[in-house]
Amino acid sequence: MSTSTVEAPATRPERTGFGRRLVSANTFWIGLVLVGLYLGFSVLAPSAFPTLFNFQTLLIEASVLLVLSVGMTFVIITSGIDLSVGSVLVFAGVVGAKAMEALSPGHDATSAGWGVIAVGLVAALTGGAVWGLANGLLIARAKIPPLIVTLGSFGAALGVAELVTAGVDVRTVPQALRRTLGYGTSFVVVPNLVLVAVVVTVLGGWLLHTTRFGRYTYAVGSNAEAARRSGIGVTRHLVLVYLITGLLAGLGGFMSLAYYGTTTISGHSTDNLNVIAAVVLGGTSLFGGVGSMLGSVIGVFIPAVLTKGFVILGVQPFWQPVAVSAVLVAAVWFDQRRRRTQDRR
Amino acid sequence: MSAEPAGPSLLEARDLVKHYGGVEALRGASFEVRHGEVVALIGDNGAGKSTLVKCLSGAEQADSGEVLIDGRPVTLDSPTAARRHGVETVYQDLAVAPDLDPAANLFLGRELFRTGLLGRLGMLDKAEMRRRAASEFARLGVQLQNIDVPIRSLSGGQRQSVAVARSVVWASKVVFMDEPTAALGVVQRERVLDVIRRVRDSGVAVVLISHNMPEVLAVSDRVEVLRLGRRVARFRTAEATLEDLVGAMTGALHQEGAA
Ligand SMILES: Nc1ncnc2c1ncn2[C@@H]1O[C@H](COP(=O)(O)OP(=O)(O)OP(=O)(O)O)[C@@H](O)[C@H]1O
Ligand SMILES: [Mg+2]
Repeated sequence: MSTSTVEAPATRPERTGFGRRLVSANTFWIGLVLVGLYLGFSVLAPSAFPTLFNFQTLLIEASVLLVLSVGMTFVIITSGIDLSVGSVLVFAGVVGAKAMEALSPGHDATSAGWGVIAVGLVAALTGGAVWGLANGLLIARAKIPPLIVTLGSFGAALGVAELVTAGVDVRTVPQALRRTLGYGTSFVVVPNLVLVAVVVTVLGGWLLHTTRFGRYTYAVGSNAEAARRSGIGVTRHLVLVYLITGLLAGLGGFMSLAYYGTTTISGHSTDNLNVIAAVVLGGTSLFGGVGSMLGSVIGVFIPAVLTKGFVILGVQPFWQPVAVSAVLVAAVWFDQRRRRTQDRR
Repeated sequence: MSAEPAGPSLLEARDLVKHYGGVEALRGASFEVRHGEVVALIGDNGAGKSTLVKCLSGAEQADSGEVLIDGRPVTLDSPTAARRHGVETVYQDLAVAPDLDPAANLFLGRELFRTGLLGRLGMLDKAEMRRRAASEFARLGVQLQNIDVPIRSLSGGQRQSVAVARSVVWASKVVFMDEPTAALGVVQRERVLDVIRRVRDSGVAVVLISHNMPEVLAVSDRVEVLRLGRRVARFRTAEATLEDLVGAMTGALHQEGAA
């Protein structure tokens, strides 16, 4: 019957060279923008901008956002969104601070020891994880759109935090915590806060780019139905992704507590937008299925460098959001064009 | 003329009913595949072919009816359950992840891990998966210029070939192919038909859904016809004519005892 055997030609598919893949990656170009900005400001303010102190503060101020954007990268790659990270951060900080106060004599945690601090950390992480779990269950199980669910928890988490504190910031944060995690340094020059953010980012990048969990994250964002038909537990995976993001917001809350020495309740209303902007700037697609951790790191530092540079140059800092928004819209525009030319279906 | 298959059946569906809201996609559909044969499942647009395939591959659950594999009733409540029984599927919509590369799609849900501690932590052995994928693609005649690009940027036919490769690489009992040649050129179509024959010769049964009657007559051993959610006829391909098939699909030809 099978007279028409077609011989399979032995043309083996080729691998793209490293250099070509690098240049074609979004991350490469946005990385160049960052380097260009840094060099530009260094040339414009050679005595003030490229200093060790400036570099350290730049890193410190970005570290909490970086921790949030690690979780957000996973979320956006699943084609989701999490508007609640800033509020969850505040909530977790409040829970952690209140827990430490409750364990201290006279509700003053200023001189509390490491046992109490550890309880505070666990409380903050739990507080973040609970919101993440709630987000994940509502999105993956109840199938409510992530935008709506996390808009809800954005309001609710902050509301609950304000209820717990009656709107007044908790100001007694253990000195031991502030001295170490808050403004201590390791290896002579590396701020501890930055060290924590680096460890979280490296772990997040490892999880995203080398493990099965990471691959499923891309698969779910790329085509959830295909993922389901391939036997991937899509619901469970989405719940885990939002849970991790909540957990990291909890960690961010604790870091922020250590750095500022107060719960900064009103200071995080735009964290969500900054984090989303950073992740999208870094080449992660709002359509899902595409993105990288390195890109998010770069995306966090572009607004940070712009802010620092403008302050040092004496440019009105109000220009920063204008500049960031312009770059952001351009980045999304490029992403859409790239998709349209690639998508041949 | 009714071709009651002789011998034990490999996979059998009995009286499957499936509703989508008010639409009754399957109205007591039966279906049968035996060891080592290629069965063509044909029927007009909307006859329920894809729905039947989804119910038999665990992607959807029938409202009633039963499925037997090797004579034993089974519950195909998830794609994983069907896969465990050696059933693989090329879906009509392909069900690939367009942002992942061909190798990642081939191994989706069946990833290979590294050895040792790193593997137990969930780290993938990407190099090994890529190597094996390249050799499977070469074996099955899937033409890819570049194996590192996301499936999104392949041509429709290449995507379809990758989906076909994914199913036949893993199947141990039955492969369902829902219009696997729809987007293919002449050469690629021949290649897929050739793959179907090779799969059958290796002892894995193939269920081919196609609207292309010459193709059906060329490659299948038997034909089962679905009309309005029910099986209305079956034929041994060697004894069937094009008129028989078209007649059964349109309802002009009636066959006793097919349902
Ligand atoms: N997810 C769904 N929701 C609602 N109705 C559906 C769904 N899937 C299928 N149907 C309906 O069920 C019927 C059978 O559809 P099915 O896709 O199984 O047909 P088919 O035989 O594969 O057709 P084609 O040859 O066009 O692929 C159609 O009337 C269709 O509208
Ligand atoms: Mg169909």
